[in-house]
Amino acid sequence: MTINGWLQILLFFALVLVVTKPLGAYMARVYQGERTWLDFVLRPLERLIYRATGVDERHEMRWTEYAASLLLFSLVSMLLLYLLQRLQDVLPLNPQGFAAVPPDLAFNTAASFTTNTNWQAYSGEATMSYLVQMAGLAYQNFVSAAVGMAVAVAFIRGIARRESETIGNFWVDLVRGLLWILLPISFVFALVLVSQGVVQNLRPYQTARLVEPQIVQSEGSSQQVIRTQTIPQGPAASQIAIKMLGTNGGGFFNANSAHPFENPTPFSNLLEMLAIFAIPAGFTYTLGRMTGSQRHGWAVFAAMSLLFFVGVAVAYWAEARGNPLVAALGVDQSASAMQPGGNMEGKEVRFGIAGSALFATVTTDASCGAVNSMHDSFTPLGGLVPLVNMQLGEVVFGGVGAGLYGVLVMVILSVFIAGLMVGRTPEYLGKKIDSYDVKMAMLYVIIFPLSILGLTAASVLLPAGLSSVSNGGPHGLTQILYAFTSGTANNGSAFGGLNANTLWYNTTVGLAMLVGRFLMIVPVLAIAGNLARKKIVPPSLGTFPVTTPSFVVLLVSVILIVGALTFFPVLSLGPIVEHLLMQIGQTF
Amino acid sequence: MSREMIKTWDARIVRRAAIEAFKKLDPRVMIKNPVMFVVEVGSVLLSVNLARDLLAASGERLAFEFQIVLWLWFTVLFANFAEAMAEGRGKAQADSLRRARTSLRARRLRDDGSIEEVAGPELRRGDVVIVSAGEFIPADGEVIEGIASVDESAITGESAPVIREAGGDRSAVTGGTRVLSDQIKVRVTSDPGETFLDRMIALVEGAQRQKTPNEIALNILLAGLTIIFLLAVVTLQPFAIYSGARQSLFVLIALLVCLIPTTIGGLLSAIGIAGMDRLLQRNVIAMSGRAVEAAGDVDTMLLDKTGTITLGNRQATEFIPFEGVSDRELAEAAQLASLADETPEGRSIVVLAKERYGLRGRELKGATFVPFTAQTRMSGVDYDGREIRKGAPDAIEKYVRQKGGAIPERMRETVERIAREGGTPLLVAEGNRLLGAVYLKDIIKAGIRERFNQLRQMGIKTVMITGDNPLTAATIAREAGVDDFLAEAKPEDKLALIRKEQAEGRLVAMIGDGTNDAPALAQADVGVAMNTGTQAAKEAGNMIDLDSNPTKLIEVVEVGKQLLMTRGALTTFSIANDVAKYFAIIPAMFVSAFPVLDTLNIMRLHSPESAILSAVIFNALIIIALIPLALRGVRYRPMPATAMLRRNFLIYGVGGLIAPFVGIKLIDLLIVALGLV
Repeated sequence: MTINGWLQILLFFALVLVVTKPLGAYMARVYQGERTWLDFVLRPLERLIYRATGVDERHEMRWTEYAASLLLFSLVSMLLLYLLQRLQDVLPLNPQGFAAVPPDLAFNTAASFTTNTNWQAYSGEATMSYLVQMAGLAYQNFVSAAVGMAVAVAFIRGIARRESETIGNFWVDLVRGLLWILLPISFVFALVLVSQGVVQNLRPYQTARLVEPQIVQSEGSSQQVIRTQTIPQGPAASQIAIKMLGTNGGGFFNANSAHPFENPTPFSNLLEMLAIFAIPAGFTYTLGRMTGSQRHGWAVFAAMSLLFFVGVAVAYWAEARGNPLVAALGVDQSASAMQPGGNMEGKEVRFGIAGSALFATVTTDASCGAVNSMHDSFTPLGGLVPLVNMQLGEVVFGGVGAGLYGVLVMVILSVFIAGLMVGRTPEYLGKKIDSYDVKMAMLYVIIFPLSILGLTAASVLLPAGLSSVSNGGPHGLTQILYAFTSGTANNGSAFGGLNANTLWYNTTVGLAMLVGRFLMIVPVLAIAGNLARKKIVPPSLGTFPVTTPSFVVLLVSVILIVGALTFFPVLSLGPIVEHLLMQIGQTF
Repeated sequence: MSREMIKTWDARIVRRAAIEAFKKLDPRVMIKNPVMFVVEVGSVLLSVNLARDLLAASGERLAFEFQIVLWLWFTVLFANFAEAMAEGRGKAQADSLRRARTSLRARRLRDDGSIEEVAGPELRRGDVVIVSAGEFIPADGEVIEGIASVDESAITGESAPVIREAGGDRSAVTGGTRVLSDQIKVRVTSDPGETFLDRMIALVEGAQRQKTPNEIALNILLAGLTIIFLLAVVTLQPFAIYSGARQSLFVLIALLVCLIPTTIGGLLSAIGIAGMDRLLQRNVIAMSGRAVEAAGDVDTMLLDKTGTITLGNRQATEFIPFEGVSDRELAEAAQLASLADETPEGRSIVVLAKERYGLRGRELKGATFVPFTAQTRMSGVDYDGREIRKGAPDAIEKYVRQKGGAIPERMRETVERIAREGGTPLLVAEGNRLLGAVYLKDIIKAGIRERFNQLRQMGIKTVMITGDNPLTAATIAREAGVDDFLAEAKPEDKLALIRKEQAEGRLVAMIGDGTNDAPALAQADVGVAMNTGTQAAKEAGNMIDLDSNPTKLIEVVEVGKQLLMTRGALTTFSIANDVAKYFAIIPAMFVSAFPVLDTLNIMRLHSPESAILSAVIFNALIIIALIPLALRGVRYRPMPATAMLRRNFLIYGVGGLIAPFVGIKLIDLLIVALGLV
């Protein structure tokens, strides 16, 4: 580890801290329908949308109507995306003449982008037409993010309102999130990315002559001399902006943020990471603002930050330390002026160890899933960090909206257990937590390991599951575990090494993503509806405080304990045993 | 009812509980506790497996398997035992109550005025019975004629008899109590089986026990955790097979039982029963567990001034002489006038005179004492030619004027000042000379200020209810340290105040006795009726204080808080325990497939078998070890929530993390030393 590396990490965090308050306050204004400086253009546009779609913006919804609207909207979006892929060969904007996407892959991709996961079992530049990329995937990047944000806002309303039957209007929350937050920021961000060298065009792919011809030989065929290289093009910048900002993570190109056309410079790298954390971090401030307890918002922020720093420290330490097996061969892995040192396998030289370890932590803390390095090539402990980050339930800042409502479910559980310890029936910001809330929170908590552990277990037993694994032993287990964790957590990052484009994985990971998104949103909205109906008990000295350092420590403990207790057995057979074996010189 | 504290490990209760523990193995009973039900199912499964292995005489691990099964059954039995222990304490109390309900005979008044003798159980609501000295009151009822002293020790444990009379707030009588003097006519107010005694027996036996809202919520949480661990363990087998280390059912179920929250699952209902029992030990009967839970949540407490905040009687605190009279002269006259006055006020004057001026009480030979009467409203003494009187200001003023004496200017001013400050003025006169005033003060109970400070730290607002004028009320409120007061309070004001607090989302507790308290008692979230109170009050409240001690409300709140804290603490402890159990069992399961996993065996346990067995034994024994804590409740000290959370989090969270590491290691050393594995 170097001072330079730590400075990069601290600079990144400082920027997150800087944007949290203004963005959070702005979002609170947007969702509460207060005046903003963008109203002069956006308000007429918003009215136009409502008039065209017949939405009554003053209509307030109960949680059931809110959930039904959300599910219906997502279902229709998903079907459209599926059809778009299946028909891309007969639709325009397909200069490379790609064939229709096969049904299982189209289902997987449709589920993936509708759930804000952006798991990609395909490589973008070799599968999807520009029309699918722009009208299908980019569209979903926006709306799936806005859906997540809407749920978070509905949840906050549930906490803040008293004796109310309703939690807002889904259509209004969706439209306002898109128009006021996602579109303007993405627009500016895309321009900045272009300035760094990210491509934005509709040209066919270019062919370049190699300076140095390459000789390749694949098994069973004769030697081949490669003299040219195909360079993919496309409207990348606009999609990458929302891919980061909406914690989508689906790369325009297969190499994702490791590709020089997606993430050309260390500066673009920093901005892309910032874009991932901006809205989730801002939401903690929105929470404080809308519930009238700003210090609670910061307490949640602090708990998330604590978990973030633990993750990044372990990942950075593990990667900077390098590989003991390589060291044993006499290779110098120390950082110096001439080399980054550490485990550089699968990492881009322009980002280095710190920039890669930080990106890996950020992208899995938030349910983004963009990658600028191959997590499969991380050391076992370095690779454990992204895995654990996701298994904690994507609550370390988390996905846009999803991170906040995820952490709030953990807050409810923390408050329930700890609230008892101060001798009162548990309450959260004045709302008594009753058995209905606990039931829904537990449902939320159970669905997550049910999907991950159940599907991973099925995959290690079935030949269809095992045939996709590229490495044996504990590493193979980790590959499968990572896929279902990433899918269920709606992260979408790939560990690599697993051939995910098979009927089995396309179907099961697709299901995992749908379960991890929609089956978990319903109990969240149910809690919101139930909380909104309650009276607010004014706080007293005897009330369990959700603003103190003790609360932060408690919340972190609950998140860690719930995550660790659920996944420790399988982790011990995957990355942990792999790490221990590597120490004695055995790899997979 | 026997009022002596029942010891935690009373031999009779332990014996009865041990038998009950086996009876409770009935799956129809067990299913109510999902966590322990899972353990029971696991135990049955393994028992069947063990029997099969025994018949086949297969495997050298039979001894190990046998011990696992044994300890799993112990886990279930220990949990049942804990519940039976808690119930047993209630049952012991119920038994003594039942003795009071022996076959009672009653003399029923017929409509025509004649009397017939019937058995107690034949009495119906509305019947009128006559009870004379020495007889038992056959049923709950209301005195409609007469006055009698009644021995209620069967119900309250209080041996001093109480007065019951027709009309007013002291008319309610309870079946099973005995009339000591006089004769009363009682109208029966309850049908057989619904009497106070019947309800009390049912309550303390826990027969009517329903799960409280918080208990239900906690049960859901525990069931959810159980499902998660079930998932983790069920899916572990495929991973184990993948890793080439298939596990036996014994090991998997052992892991499952160690992980699911058996500690709190096993003790949860015991905690609830014990909470009501602790109230009972303080002579308070809670009509439902819900009320005890609500007591922990109380935000606002309504307290009557008299009896709760102040001692019932006023005391002399100052002598204020008028012009030309020395302090000592006034004190001596006041003392003389009070020597024969046995009222608390009179005695307090003698005490004050002695304290301030060293005036000793003496024998007055040839003195004539003038007792207090409602007509004269003064008392005094004629001694040695002196006529000394003390009494209410207007009475003494009239007396002095009659004797042709002058009224000093300061008199009116002094009397008004004392009244304004919340005191009661007494004037002292000798002959036609008005000597001065004695300041009688409402005395705030010792330690009550500290009590209110504690309540404030707990976040509870105290409101004093008094019939005094606002000025007096404010003075007393300030001195006692209550947060607020309601002066010149009428019953409907109380009700309005409760409604207002509740509308703002607060939970209100109050204690009351009179019929006019009934609406307020019913409205309050925690309404404690005094046992001396009317039937209406008792029915409106959700708790009854058998001692009729108004300060009891504070203890009720503490018991409620303690109940909730015990649940939270043991849940935290239970979950924190899992970390150590993982470190014991996971390496043990897979060390044969991956010898490097021995690194995770940080307790350096002897062998895989000893590690698993130690964890299972620890898991079972911890239930027994925590029974006293569950029955007594965690220690409660009033402090702000933040401090309390930190303290309990350290003890039960961090402690729960560390304790099993030590415990499992010790058990491992022991079973290896004993050669059990």
